[in-house]
Amino acid sequence: MTVALSGREIASKLEQQFPGSIVESNENSLVVKSESLPELASLLKIAPDLDFDYLTAITAVDYYDYFEAVYQLTSIKHNHSLVVKTRCYGRDNPTLPSVVSLWRGADFQEREIYDLMGIRFDGHPNMKPIILWEGFQGHPLRKDYL
Amino acid sequence: MALKTEPFVLNIGPVHPSTHGVFRMRAILDGEVIVDMEPIFGYLHRGIEKLAEERTYTGVIPLTDRLDYLAAMSNNLAYVLAVEKLAGIPVPERAEYLRVIMAELQRIASHLIAVGAFLNDCGAFFTPFLYMFREREKIVDLFEMVSGQRLLYNYMRVGGLSQDIPNEFLPALDKFVRQMPGFIDEYDQLLAKNEILLARSKGVGILPRELAINISASGPVLRASGVKWDIRKVDPYSIYDRFEFDIPTGSAGDCYDRYRVRVEEMRQSLRIIKQAMGQLPPGEVKSQVPHLLHPPVGEAYGHIEAPKGELGFYLVSDNSIAPYRCHIRAPSLMNLTALREMMIGWKIADAIIIFGSIDITMGEVDR
Repeated sequence: MTVALSGREIASKLEQQFPGSIVESNENSLVVKSESLPELASLLKIAPDLDFDYLTAITAVDYYDYFEAVYQLTSIKHNHSLVVKTRCYGRDNPTLPSVVSLWRGADFQEREIYDLMGIRFDGHPNMKPIILWEGFQGHPLRKDYL
Repeated sequence: MALKTEPFVLNIGPVHPSTHGVFRMRAILDGEVIVDMEPIFGYLHRGIEKLAEERTYTGVIPLTDRLDYLAAMSNNLAYVLAVEKLAGIPVPERAEYLRVIMAELQRIASHLIAVGAFLNDCGAFFTPFLYMFREREKIVDLFEMVSGQRLLYNYMRVGGLSQDIPNEFLPALDKFVRQMPGFIDEYDQLLAKNEILLARSKGVGILPRELAINISASGPVLRASGVKWDIRKVDPYSIYDRFEFDIPTGSAGDCYDRYRVRVEEMRQSLRIIKQAMGQLPPGEVKSQVPHLLHPPVGEAYGHIEAPKGELGFYLVSDNSIAPYRCHIRAPSLMNLTALREMMIGWKIADAIIIFGSIDITMGEVDR
């Protein structure tokens, strides 16, 4: 059985190494500050007791006030999983750091989020639309797109 | 005197028999050798994630059929598991067993097409493909008995199944389960040690273990690279922890291993179906579920081992009758990530085989 790690426990661990990087946490997930995401993600991937080598999925949700990106992480070695979230504000040009340099599996998914939700990922090597055609106006998965 | 040459751009697809759907490969060639390749897709995008936000939880089930349309039962299962997790709905025992039987039959049907189409790409033009369609037809007949449909079954419901199996189903399934191992042996006799197949697929399109994990590959593609990772074993959903079966893995991560893993998985699926048939209990196939579901505010991620890999649904509920957000983690999309690296350095004819060995469905890539 894949053990879902407690977001609260991991958050307190991360908070010791990177003070002020955690926004909130509960049993199921933790929310990190978007500017701390690259350091925290690489720590989650490299730390031997966590070893999140497999990025199961990334998605984004539009909550009107902010966009929330959701990272489902899994460790193949330890067979445990963790849900990490981060938020970005503003609807004109929301931006998040990319995690492609850590997990190549993020490549198409970040492009898809950029295409459908309109969140730009800084540091992505090929940030262009993937599903909709060139010149398509708007981002269909946003709640205000009708 | 050296001959002056320049790279040549060739569009393979979007409409081409070897692209298994509407997929385009923009290949840059040096003679016959691929020096760069860019996958371009999105031609089949129907906005299923957006459509799901406008429908009731039950109304999304027919949409899931249209993701991987060669494995509609598996898509149904992944979705209803996610909703059941979100709303905390129990499932009767009999429905659990029938779900497992359907999901494993679907895996065999999907792998038959995957292997048949792969051999087609190798140049065994349509003979093995039609042999495998002969057996797939029997599975489709079984699905028609239970759901009345032959491609998009819409059979599972939140909290169980839409209806119980008819009386003639179990005898027909028993006959199929007894016949099928002989057919798999027949394919192996013809193909497993076939010199042409070995020459074309051994060592071709290697996906190393580390890269396979890093690109979030799943299913037979990941296992052929030597990673023993099957959601049915590592995170058993439904009642998979009650069955005995093995996880076939490859070692080289080449096209031949991906083909062998699929053939072995068919045998394992038959093992599971046999055990499930023996233990099938009587009783209801659907628990009491309100007509309009209002799951509590929250989120759930449900995942299964679909024929092509890990299929997951991430659902967010705002306590209304429709999902606030429904994200689909499609295995075909992730398995394509390393296609460029796998193809570079190979000839066009090999690139077609490499692409065929990944086994994708465009309905799932584009959604």
